Parts: sequence; structure tokens; C-alpha cells
Amino acid sequence: MKTLLILGAGTGGTMTANRMAARLGEDWRIVIIDKDDKHFYQPGFLFIPFGVYKPSDVIKQKKNLLPSRVEVLFGEIELIEPEKNKVTLSGGQSISYDYLVVATGCDIHPEETPGMTDNWHQNVFDFYTLEGATKLHEFFSKWQGGRMVLNVAEMPIKCPVAPLEFMFLADWYFTQRGIRNKVELTYATPLPGAFTKPTCSIMLAKVLKRKNINIIPDFNLMEVDNDKQVIRSYDEMEIPYDVFVSIPLNKGAEVIKRSGMGDSLNFIPTDKHTLQTEKYPNIFIIGDAGNVPASKAGSVAHFMLDILEANLLSHMQGREMTAKFDGHANCYIETGFGKAVLIDFNYDVEPLPGTFPIPGIGPFTLLGESRINHLGKLAFKWIYWNMLLKGIEIPTVHSHMSMNGKKPIAK
Amino acid sequence: MSVLNNLKLDTEGFMTDKTQWTKEIAVEIAKQEGVENLTEAHWKVIEFCRKSGEATGKSPTLRQITDGSGVTTKDLFALFPKGPAKKVAKIAGLGKPEGCV
Repeated sequence: MKTLLILGAGTGGTMTANRMAARLGEDWRIVIIDKDDKHFYQPGFLFIPFGVYKPSDVIKQKKNLLPSRVEVLFGEIELIEPEKNKVTLSGGQSISYDYLVVATGCDIHPEETPGMTDNWHQNVFDFYTLEGATKLHEFFSKWQGGRMVLNVAEMPIKCPVAPLEFMFLADWYFTQRGIRNKVELTYATPLPGAFTKPTCSIMLAKVLKRKNINIIPDFNLMEVDNDKQVIRSYDEMEIPYDVFVSIPLNKGAEVIKRSGMGDSLNFIPTDKHTLQTEKYPNIFIIGDAGNVPASKAGSVAHFMLDILEANLLSHMQGREMTAKFDGHANCYIETGFGKAVLIDFNYDVEPLPGTFPIPGIGPFTLLGESRINHLGKLAFKWIYWNMLLKGIEIPTVHSHMSMNGKKPIAK
Repeated sequence: MSVLNNLKLDTEGFMTDKTQWTKEIAVEIAKQEGVENLTEAHWKVIEFCRKSGEATGKSPTLRQITDGSGVTTKDLFALFPKGPAKKVAKIAGLGKPEGCV
């Protein structure tokens, strides 16, 4: 009996367990370990501060999302010993594996920025955790206006479009509440513009401008000064706030560091095409646990799944790994007032205008705002719980990015 | 005639042929990037980035520079104002850092 061990039952781990359970024979045992028995629909956190979703909309029991043949263990992972092919839990239990898939993800670390935790969840918030998003909703529902500043502490972060969506939804939310004229919205980012890719960045900058949202590029956060109510950059620029919403430093799991497997942010060095870790042939990653230069979002984990499956199976059978991940990401960017923008891109091709997934027809518009994109975003919650986590392929949407329907931009 | 005349650059001004790099070129690129004089402290960072680039084939991120060279983030911003990782990569003749996706 051989063992495939999966660490982490979040988006990437759950879909890997489901897919491999359907592919591996009875001579394989599949075990998955996680510290928490609840699964969070993380893309839904964005909507909670604005009252669109309630916490109950985004939580399910992990057990119910996994097939019966997968053994589920709940507990803290103490150590991974790649040389011994062994993982130990904090209770002392250890599991030997033949293959390991690391899906331990990444998390926010507000304590890494001086001053950030001083007024934590009072007038300094995050929205990348359920607790932060819920507390922010309580704050917003009583707030009478002032200066709201949103900042990304450092790249990379889980879902680089979420900060922009947050600003667009804030504009919509405060308009609905009739106090938009009393709210000043500022987005300070370490990037040189609104987004990481040039064409999309220009397009989104126009949307920000139209919605009267200030953007401050090249802002590298040094500290939060609660006495003066300003955030300060390394080059001494200050931005005053009444409420500060932060996307704090994102780091991989502590166990990666304890096990000596990660880079300075606890991300595991990984081949960006095969998803095999650089040092250990029988260890692979899915999602945001590795250092591949793709967006650390669930959609990317989903597109990685086909590649991971193919390469795991090839490697297990002693064949050459031929599947290559292209960095495909597909993101619905909520722009408020019932509209959204859709972008589709990979390592080499930046987001382009056009239609998706069917050329000339759509129904979704790429790099343009539309109501149907917004409906796509909302429908995605159903797709996530019922198809994506189960490892079921979504018809017409493929793991490799397609140029069909995209209009290249003349340079 | 400037030493920069025959340099092969990409659209964002990063050198594409590493073999063309010399210290004189670094000095000239630094001027274009608003760093008038390259002091010993600047060179310490540039040397670190070149070594890191040779070893990994990639430009180091801001965090890799501070962790690896011992220069604090604050000092790094003083040496190379605005985007230090990007600026040093340009001056050191490396490609654009991959950190931002």
C-alpha cells in the first residue's frame, strides 16, 4: 500500500484529494491533514464588509467536501522531514508518505508591520480573514464618513485584484448609504499602478478615476502610526486615515519554515511549469504554498490541478512529466453597482480585451465592465462548492489559457 | 559618446544581454535612475544582487536583498529611492524582479 499525503484541506488540497481519489487505484491510501474542520469560501470574504454576504454564506464542514476513501486528520502539522518522507503532527502522530502534495497556503501577518496591531479591528482592519471582514462590517455599518485608506503592505498577496474590488464596492456601498460625499477613498499600493500588468492597469486606473477613488502608487509601507493616524512609507511619505484597511504581509505556513523548506516568505521553491518542488522529486505543490510567479488565488490553484494530476501520475509511473502549467489566471473583478470586469491571463500574456470563453459571443466581456460578468462572479460561489472543489472540469474553461476570443493589442 | 549607446534593453529599460554589463555602465544607468553617485554602500547592494542573479537567474526581490545583504529596508530606500528592487535590478544589469504578479 502506498500513501499520497496532502497537507492542507483548503481550495487546492480539497480539489487535489477529490481528483486523485478518482484517479488512483486501491493500492493507494490518500490522507489529508488540516488544522481546522471548517472550509471557508475565501473569495466571499470581500463581500462581507459591505453586507452582501453573511459569514454563514462562506462556511462549510471540510469533511462533507471530501470523498469517503480519503482519510481526514485534523491537527497542527509540526514538521515535514523530506529526507525521511515523514510528516509529524503536534500530538506526536507521524505519517510516512510516498508522495506529498503541499497545499498549506498563505496567511496575513499584520504583526510584521510596526504599529499595525495597536488598534487592530478597532480602526485598523483586514478583510482577508472571516474575523476581519466581519468586524469591518460592524464598523462600516455605524461609520458616518471620513478618510478610508486601503494599502497592500508587500507583494505577492493572495488575490491581487481583491484590493481594487474592495475600493469599487466601498464606493458603491457608501453611495447606497447616502454618505459617499462624506467619504474619501484612497488606495496606496507598492505597485507602479493599479495592477501588475500594464494594459489592465491603465483600464483599471480609468475606472478608479471615474469613481473618484485616489490612487497612490509606489507606496512601500514602513509603519502604522496610530497617534497621528497616518501610515508612513520607507521614504517618509505620510497618508492620514480615519479607518485603515490593510492587506498585511502574506507568508506561507510556519511549518514550512520549521521544516527548512521555504524561502524568506515561507514559500517553497517550485518549478513554475511542472509544480514539482525544486529540491524534492516526490513533493509537489498546489495553490499559493509555492513560489511560482502566478497570482496566489483559487482560480490559479484550479488551473494547476490538471497539471498536478498529470505530472503526479507520470512521476508515480516512472514516466517523464510532460504537463506544463502556463500561469493561467481568470478573475472576475467586481466593480460595484452590479457590474464586473473579467480578466484572463498567464505567465506570458497579459489580460487582453475580447470575449470569454466563446470567441465573439462570450457571454463574458474581457477587460470591460458588464452586468453579466457580475452575475458570473456571483454564480462562481455555486461553481466553487459544487464543481471546483470536487475537481470536476468546468466546460469550455481549460487549464491552459486560450487566445480564442482575445484581441491582441497593437504595440 | 555614451557607454549606453549600444546597450540592448527591453521596453522597460532592463538590460537583455548580461554580458554587456560593466561598472561604467552601472554608473550611467544609476544617473538615469536619479542616483547621482554610487557609494560603497550602493556597490555592496549591487554586488549582492549580481551574485544572487548569477546564482538563481532571477533578480532578487526587495526582501531577498534585505535578508541577504544585511542592509535594512529603510537604508535601501535611502540608497535607491522609490522602488529599490527594480532600480538595483536595472543598475546591476538584471531583468525585472518577478515579485509582482
